[in-house]
Amino acid sequence: MRNPLSKKIVQVEPSGIRRFFDVANEMEDVISLGVGEPDFDTPWRIREEGIFSLERGRTFYTSNAGLMELRKEICKYLERKIHVSYNPKTETLITVGGSEAIDLALRCMLDAGDEVLIPQPSYVSYLPCTVMADGVPVIVELKHENEFKLTVEDLEPLVSEKTKVLVMPFPNNPTGSIMTQEDLEPIAEFVKAHDLYVLSDEIYSELSYKGKHVSIASLQGMRDRTIVINGFSKGFAMTGWRLGYCCGPHLILEQMIKLHQFAIMCAPTNSQYAAVEGLRHCEDEVEEMRKAYNQRRRFLLHEFARMGLECFEPFGAFYVFPSIQEFGMTSEEFATRLLYEEKVAVVPGTAFGDCGEGFLRISYAYSLEDLKEALGRLGRFIQKLRNEK
Amino acid sequence: MDKKQELRNEILKNLEKNSRIDLGELAVLLGVEEAEVANEVTEMEQEKIICGYHTMINWDKTGAEQVTALIEVRVTPQRNQGFDRIAERIYNYPEVNAVYLISGGYDLLVTLEGKTLKEVSLFVSEKLSPIDSVISTATHFILKKYKDHGTIMLPKKGSDRMAVTP
Repeated sequence: MRNPLSKKIVQVEPSGIRRFFDVANEMEDVISLGVGEPDFDTPWRIREEGIFSLERGRTFYTSNAGLMELRKEICKYLERKIHVSYNPKTETLITVGGSEAIDLALRCMLDAGDEVLIPQPSYVSYLPCTVMADGVPVIVELKHENEFKLTVEDLEPLVSEKTKVLVMPFPNNPTGSIMTQEDLEPIAEFVKAHDLYVLSDEIYSELSYKGKHVSIASLQGMRDRTIVINGFSKGFAMTGWRLGYCCGPHLILEQMIKLHQFAIMCAPTNSQYAAVEGLRHCEDEVEEMRKAYNQRRRFLLHEFARMGLECFEPFGAFYVFPSIQEFGMTSEEFATRLLYEEKVAVVPGTAFGDCGEGFLRISYAYSLEDLKEALGRLGRFIQKLRNEK
Repeated sequence: MDKKQELRNEILKNLEKNSRIDLGELAVLLGVEEAEVANEVTEMEQEKIICGYHTMINWDKTGAEQVTALIEVRVTPQRNQGFDRIAERIYNYPEVNAVYLISGGYDLLVTLEGKTLKEVSLFVSEKLSPIDSVISTATHFILKKYKDHGTIMLPKKGSDRMAVTP
């Protein structure tokens, strides 16, 4: 029998820590700080609207780009939040989660050999999506001393004639790092100087704890060079509804809509109706969740300081990224021992790129009670390691 | 909203959910000094913004005999005193839990706790109805509390989230 598999697909490396994930997910009585999704249920009025849409029999496809009603609400929302205007008819696409939009955007922009600058540590899908689009990933290692912000100095040595796209994963998973207007301005100048396009993954935009989230698309001359990707998973606690969206210049969105039409048809209809309700009426609920995350964030940092665990103060998403370099073991060793010895699951920094070595991603999408219990165990574990030395 | 008011609101929202929260911990959550939180709490106690620290109890689980009733009361307001005087006559009874002035089909909503249906009925017929200004009453007994003070009384289901996701 012939090999049924594509070489390209086989070459895409599976996540190196999948084994760790499997062990953690199967172990009983684990207190987890390893989850990349909100602990809140979707606000009830959104759920109720989803149920109502089913009762009304709204069980058909929507247009490929998504419900016009929702696209209009999204454009109003973006205008309000990031002060960038998009045409809901030609520059907006509703996708199955933000992750579909990442895949589409890269496939629509890349020819074989085009290089993509991917800052790491970052979410796991930019690199494989680049490879599957025949692009060449160029890893930009973000630095702890810069609090994992992206700087032009990081980019300068890596840009080439072939560079076409820069991925901007902020607020960042796994570090929690954000980029302010001042941080973004030199990056925007760099992008324009090298005639690049930006894939700006702003899925955590609602979860910014120091001023309002700023999109690189809002900077001078950047709108038509940027695809803004966002969605309902994080800010609206709607991960399982699988609903994201992207906005950008018509030239690119037209091709993305085409690809989406062939691969997906349209995003889930009842999720779309539910999301309309979310954008119209759930600003307060989103704000309450943001406040709760912020309180937990402060609590974690305070506890780390007490334990003497080194951690910069992150202002976005729901992650902190403490350093475990003092213990002289790899992130995966640390996480594995913590899992077996104290039954606490965290994610090794290396899940998000080699330069995450020496760090852990700790999620605070948990109740304060859970966080207290888990931190008690973490503190005990750290004490044990220090005594071993 | 000024900063002080914002801090007060955040303190109140946290206390409303958990009146036993440690003030030092609350200060950490809000990113301010403990003394600042303690001062605001004391001030708000003095200003009667904070009126007390109560405990949510699910009496059903204790096996204690108890019934709660909601009583709609229609009254004739009295000259110069409106509804206040009559409300006072009602709320002074210790078994009365709450008295609200209500817009709509009736005037006062009284919540009442008693050991038995009979005890509550007697209170209504012997104490409440005979008050001069009371025109009529309608008593509703609470059969089951699903949610009280923003708290759902049923045990919370476990989470379906996976332990680890990227």
